[in-house]
Amino acid sequence: MTTISRAARRPLSNRLSDRAFDRASVLILSVSALAVIYPIYFIVIASVSEPSAVYNGDVLVTPSGFTLEGYARIFSDPTIIRGFANSVLYTGLATAISVTLIVTGGYVLSRPDLPGRKTITFLLIITLFFDGGMIPRYLVVQQLGMINTIWALVLPGAVGVWNLLIARSFFDVTIPGELREAAQLDGANDFRFFFTVAVPLAKSLIVLMVMIHVVGNWNAFFDALIYLNDDSKYPLQLVLRNILIQSDLSSTGSMTGDLESYAQAQRVAELVKYSTIVVSTLPIIALVPFLQKHFTKGALLGAVKN
Amino acid sequence: MSAPDAKTTVEAVAAATAGASQPPRSIRHRSRTRRVVRSWQLYVLLAPTLVYFAVFKFWPMYGVQIAFRNYNPAAGFLGSEWVGWAHFTRFFASFQFGALVENTVLLSLANLLVTFPIPIVLALLVNQVISRRFKAFAQTVLYAPAFISTVIVVGLIYVLFSPRSGLVNHLIALVGGDPIFFVAEPGWFRPLYVGSSVWQEAGFSMVIYLAALAGIDPSLHEAARIDGASALQRIRHVDLPGIMPVVSILFILAVGNLLNVGFEKALLLQTPLNISTSQIIQTYVYQAGLQQAQFSYSAAIGLFNSVINLALLLTFNWLARRAKQNSLI
Repeated sequence: MTTISRAARRPLSNRLSDRAFDRASVLILSVSALAVIYPIYFIVIASVSEPSAVYNGDVLVTPSGFTLEGYARIFSDPTIIRGFANSVLYTGLATAISVTLIVTGGYVLSRPDLPGRKTITFLLIITLFFDGGMIPRYLVVQQLGMINTIWALVLPGAVGVWNLLIARSFFDVTIPGELREAAQLDGANDFRFFFTVAVPLAKSLIVLMVMIHVVGNWNAFFDALIYLNDDSKYPLQLVLRNILIQSDLSSTGSMTGDLESYAQAQRVAELVKYSTIVVSTLPIIALVPFLQKHFTKGALLGAVKN
Repeated sequence: MSAPDAKTTVEAVAAATAGASQPPRSIRHRSRTRRVVRSWQLYVLLAPTLVYFAVFKFWPMYGVQIAFRNYNPAAGFLGSEWVGWAHFTRFFASFQFGALVENTVLLSLANLLVTFPIPIVLALLVNQVISRRFKAFAQTVLYAPAFISTVIVVGLIYVLFSPRSGLVNHLIALVGGDPIFFVAEPGWFRPLYVGSSVWQEAGFSMVIYLAALAGIDPSLHEAARIDGASALQRIRHVDLPGIMPVVSILFILAVGNLLNVGFEKALLLQTPLNISTSQIIQTYVYQAGLQQAQFSYSAAIGLFNSVINLALLLTFNWLARRAKQNSLI
């Protein structure tokens, strides 16, 4: 309330120019928001429209005709469902490994009484500035015999130094030294303190890390591209790449093979692409408000230390 | 490995020169050993993370030496024949070298110059909007594409910019233009790449600046308002200086990673027809190394890339520190 009364004392010209500025901001942001939403909206309406109408450019604002053929073809084809199942498996395992390593590592590195803490932290930070690169990493994975196994997808990228540092500063801030000393006096050893005090206090950190890794692993395709050579192990993103990007008809062959003419097959292939994008994107979009809340918190969490 | 050695030396010298005021070195040493033993549970908790770093970060770093050898899988990293700078000279002399560096630098610079300022502008605008509901709406919508995978974003490009059935070419046809085969035109690779980066990432980066803007003391805005400052003046004299530390940190990070432009998207957007602009150092490393199995040659190119990156990062960090801005290390 005070802001309003104070603002009212300001010169009229400034209040008018502020209002104009506000309108201009809202206009610019609305146009930006439209530019973000429209492509996705178009894909959604195109996915249920008659392929020929989309092909002729008649579908711009509302769907034309109605068909669920694209969706029917996706769900009758095993590759997408298998890719989906693989992705669930890879994402689950990779996230569990990453979060475990980050929470344990971050906690221990936050302990000021850990002998060698500075040296270890320094060594880890080196990897922030320099890494071996794609080829040596590939050769290490190869030497470990992990090519074409799930381990090549869930282990090599498990821990990012940034996330470890975020976890470290989280524990730094949330667990005061006095708390630990009191627990030690009561006879709690380091294991017990970690599992019964530190982990329960770190719920928000764990939720954040789970989300970062679920999104990251779900969307990853490159490691699968270089480490897997067996189609049946492909995660969803690699299957999507083959359908959407790699080649037009050959990869959708199993979904369009029964169609008589080439042109018809081509149009249905486009329809399959629209439907594929919708099926694989909408679940993530639906989660955005939830993800946003925690990611914003995470951005602040990372900044706490500074 | 030199850091711990250096540290113990320093401690030893300190203990030796301090004389009677310090306990003898053997006792200090014993108490440190005791502390290490007493903390064994902490080391157990840390062990998996350390093993991870040793295997997946430091072992590949050790493996970088194959850039100076002819990698032979049977002989391993250390056993392969030493060839010195041969792979580097071959790369510098190759006909692709100039084009690769040019494509990488142009793509990176274009990407940095376009994608860096836009989130700042968006954050300043969102921050000034009076309606809370619109603020929340704009934030959520602009933020959403960050969670869409690169594969889907590039898939969207292929579908929307398709020459026959794509939305964009329908719009071009509406205004009477000729259809453009966007993903086959070398000239359109960079605009597609940079444009889709803005579409996908601007909202995400904006949130960091919004958090920084939220940290600015509201009394500064109050005071500026009372002094009759307009919205634009407040942005210039209160908001911008307030977020400058964050801007400079993010800029250093961005410059340090300049040549690490998301090469996965470049790879996905690459077609045989646009390769004259879409082939960047990283995609070439992938092609030469993993598709043609020239491990040592491509490891050398990758090392060249990392060293330039490191030099850029350290230089900009140093510059920022000299300018008394926040620095990373």
